[in-house]
Amino acid sequence: MARRVAVVVFPGTNCELDVARAISSLGAHTESVFHLEDSLGSAEAVIIPGGFAHGDYLRTGALAQFSPIMESVSAFAAAGGPVLGICNGFQILTETGLLPGALQKNAGLKFLCASVGLSVASNRSVLTRTTTVGDQLQIPINHFEGNYICDRETLAQMKANDQIVLRYTDNPNGSLDDIAGVSNEAGNVVGLMPHPERASAEILGSVDGLVLLESFLAPL
Amino acid sequence: MIDKATYQALGLTDDEYEAIVELLGRHPNELEVAMYSVMWSEHCSYKSSKVHLRRLPTTAPWVLVGPGEGAGVIDIGDDLAIAVRIESHNHPSAIEPYQGAATGVGGIIRDIFSMGARPIALMDPLRFGSLDDARTRYLVEGVVAGISGYGNSVGVPTVGGELVFDDCYRENPLVNVFCLGILPKSRLVLARAEGVGNLAVLLGSATGRDGIGGASVLASAGFDDSSATKRPSVQVGDPFEEKRLIEACLELLDEGLALGVQDLGAAGLSCAAAETAAATGAGMDVDFTQVPQREPNMNPIEIMTSESQERMLAIVTPENLDRVLALCARWEVRANVVGHVTDTGRFRIFSGSFTGNDPADMSRCVADIPCASLGQGPVYERPQARPLDHAEVLLADPAPELLAMFPDGTDLSGELLRLLSTPTIGDSSWVWRQYDHQLFLNTVVGPGGDATVLRLPDTERGLALSVDGKARFCRLDPRTGARLGVLEAARNVACSGAEPRALVNCLNFGNPEHPEVMWQFSQAVDGMSEACSALGIPVIGGNVSFYNESRGADIDPTPVVGVIGVIDSLAAPPPGMAFSPGEHVVTLGTTLAEFGGSEWAYVVHGIDGGSPPVADLDAARYLHGLIRDLVSRRVVSAVHDVSDGGYGVALAEMAIAGGVGASLIPEDDQSHAAWCFSESASRIVVTVPPEKLSEVLTAAADAKVTARDCGTTGGTRLIVNGVFDVAVSDLATTWRSAVPLALGVNE
Repeated sequence: MARRVAVVVFPGTNCELDVARAISSLGAHTESVFHLEDSLGSAEAVIIPGGFAHGDYLRTGALAQFSPIMESVSAFAAAGGPVLGICNGFQILTETGLLPGALQKNAGLKFLCASVGLSVASNRSVLTRTTTVGDQLQIPINHFEGNYICDRETLAQMKANDQIVLRYTDNPNGSLDDIAGVSNEAGNVVGLMPHPERASAEILGSVDGLVLLESFLAPL
Repeated sequence: MIDKATYQALGLTDDEYEAIVELLGRHPNELEVAMYSVMWSEHCSYKSSKVHLRRLPTTAPWVLVGPGEGAGVIDIGDDLAIAVRIESHNHPSAIEPYQGAATGVGGIIRDIFSMGARPIALMDPLRFGSLDDARTRYLVEGVVAGISGYGNSVGVPTVGGELVFDDCYRENPLVNVFCLGILPKSRLVLARAEGVGNLAVLLGSATGRDGIGGASVLASAGFDDSSATKRPSVQVGDPFEEKRLIEACLELLDEGLALGVQDLGAAGLSCAAAETAAATGAGMDVDFTQVPQREPNMNPIEIMTSESQERMLAIVTPENLDRVLALCARWEVRANVVGHVTDTGRFRIFSGSFTGNDPADMSRCVADIPCASLGQGPVYERPQARPLDHAEVLLADPAPELLAMFPDGTDLSGELLRLLSTPTIGDSSWVWRQYDHQLFLNTVVGPGGDATVLRLPDTERGLALSVDGKARFCRLDPRTGARLGVLEAARNVACSGAEPRALVNCLNFGNPEHPEVMWQFSQAVDGMSEACSALGIPVIGGNVSFYNESRGADIDPTPVVGVIGVIDSLAAPPPGMAFSPGEHVVTLGTTLAEFGGSEWAYVVHGIDGGSPPVADLDAARYLHGLIRDLVSRRVVSAVHDVSDGGYGVALAEMAIAGGVGASLIPEDDQSHAAWCFSESASRIVVTVPPEKLSEVLTAAADAKVTARDCGTTGGTRLIVNGVFDVAVSDLATTWRSAVPLALGVNE
């Protein structure tokens, strides 16, 4: 299991403590890495948590790609290290080019905070490798820009490479092909709009998020 | 010298101006008079309400900070404290709904973290006119978008609130905002400028021309045809700036680098600087040229009274300055030394250097007043008058007319559906789904339940929060109405097994220069005071919003309260309101034919007048104790407070929540319509597993609470024998579509 997890914090990030709490409950150790740093240290896995990095100004995730730490994140990903982007982290990974596609405003043009049903579409990724395709999960979403889009070619390619990781069972935001999460070709970089850390305790109503986080921490 | 027209335009009366002249021993200059006008405004000085607020009970052994500071603070054990505040942003929101609501959120968050607390929860009690009005729909959408846009982005979850519609708010909506923060007791700080030579460092946004005169121009006068021209008095919010300010300020306090931090709110820098100095009897010198400006050529009045958002004033020792600047730079927070603490007792503003008292310096002094004088505004005991028709209103009981229209034997199914389709009773999830209500992983019960329940990190305990106001009851009788508001909030909190520990109030009233309004205010304070004393809940803070009127018409008196309760053991969520099959439905409390101000009488049938329900404080105490006990022992499987729309609506909501019906028998010593729709206070519906029934009934009898087994849950229809019979799915459809339909939005 990955014992040391780097949680990248930009000004405006707000889910870093929640992610750390959920990860610690699984026995791993998290370290907060500020965006100005240029090294991930000895981290064995990297999480970019949700929030509003750099205020989401210009465009969600657009400014974060220029923060110094992102070079290290890209290098870590290229070397096959597990990288997870949750919500705003997913948006940042698409803007950085580590994941295909983009996230646009929800079809309803409103912010949406609600628990949604998910279905595992691929278990080839680091986030789902201990699950079975078709597994049903209940995990909250919390976003204004979660409507996944990509061009037709990219979609075909992603399908061919089994890069669609999670799908909504009842599409809440207009995402193309009900996509809730995708991976890169190698499967070591994953982004998803739902927040697994928010489904990490019985008292919060669901522990389904731990299924994903456990998979993410599992040995490669 | 200032001419009369100038100070009057700033909202000062002749007497107030004379008082300033007397305090200073000379005529004030333009900058000085601008500062006094804001600090002595109704909004900042509480000059009309002070004499009444003193009657509220404010002490308890666990109260660490009572009313008068940035926020009230209570000790909740485990070395933890919580800071709470409630505010109104009514007038800005009426003029510019998005920014008005957004900056309301921003302002109250700063009040909380300036105490050293991390803000962890917001709640928004909202009141608007009827949704058949296009402008009201625009206001609702704008206010909700503003709260969502700012609150979500700044990273503080909005975990509850109220959504109430009544035409008295058509021109003057009420946008109240409640914020709660948590802190290690040791980090508690008060905004105090101590130590001669210590530095005043301005943190956050550059200062612009936005929001000048917000407190005096907007908040302390009613609305008329010129209101649209007041839009420039509304500030513009930047949640990203605020998020960085929160992190920077909490880190400054954690590392002991700031002796105190103070929010720049009403009257901007002038008020913040003078208040921090006045708190210790010290003095403060400020150089306004050191204030970073957003636009060129701002004059000292603009700089010193601007209400530009996202700014804080920190008091730091000179030795720590470099570390403070470095920490702020890391968070991309602007930090500039703008002044220093003196021992003069005076608040002086300079244009340029202010190194000492040599005559060259003093020639650059543009304002020089006693620090404490800004807080020594006038106190008014304004005339009060009970409205002439009050006795008549109380006697106009709607019960005879309603009971004649709906004698026993009438099918009330349609009436129940009509109630569920009113936007005040209907599902408000359209609103709260737009709010992040889960951040920080504390939300055990989110918006939509009787009370919000938060778990307290690293403890076994939790908090229960409820905000409530019963304005229509207050219009009929402000004293009883205010009692009922407190009882309802306390009852909601009790329904999650919590012991109430503190209350904050936001007192929204009309024009205090109207004697009827002052009578309503005084009565409401008395009612609130009585209920709080009876329940042992200290009032630890509040806000008074007067001048909620438009074109001479005052809003209904609307005291809103937020009650904070502590749950000692929160191993699992408290029972929700959902029916599950095979349980007994037990009503707790006594029903009378009380329809005055009820949703059924007023909203559905347009019948005004009558007395509000009786607010029996002993009955409330017994009931709250009982339900706390039943919930803590988990001998009840579902719990729901009875409020708007009476038992009918409470039972329907429980059926909708569970997707399960029930088959019940109405009470036989009460008319069916009264049993269904009366809004008698201090009633709760619980469901009980069969094997626990006798235990619950015995506990109720011991607690002197009337309990009645009405029947059992199950099936797909909600049936009250001979009264109504509706499919749960129809109840749900009507209830869920009420707000979206009224707003005209697609769902």
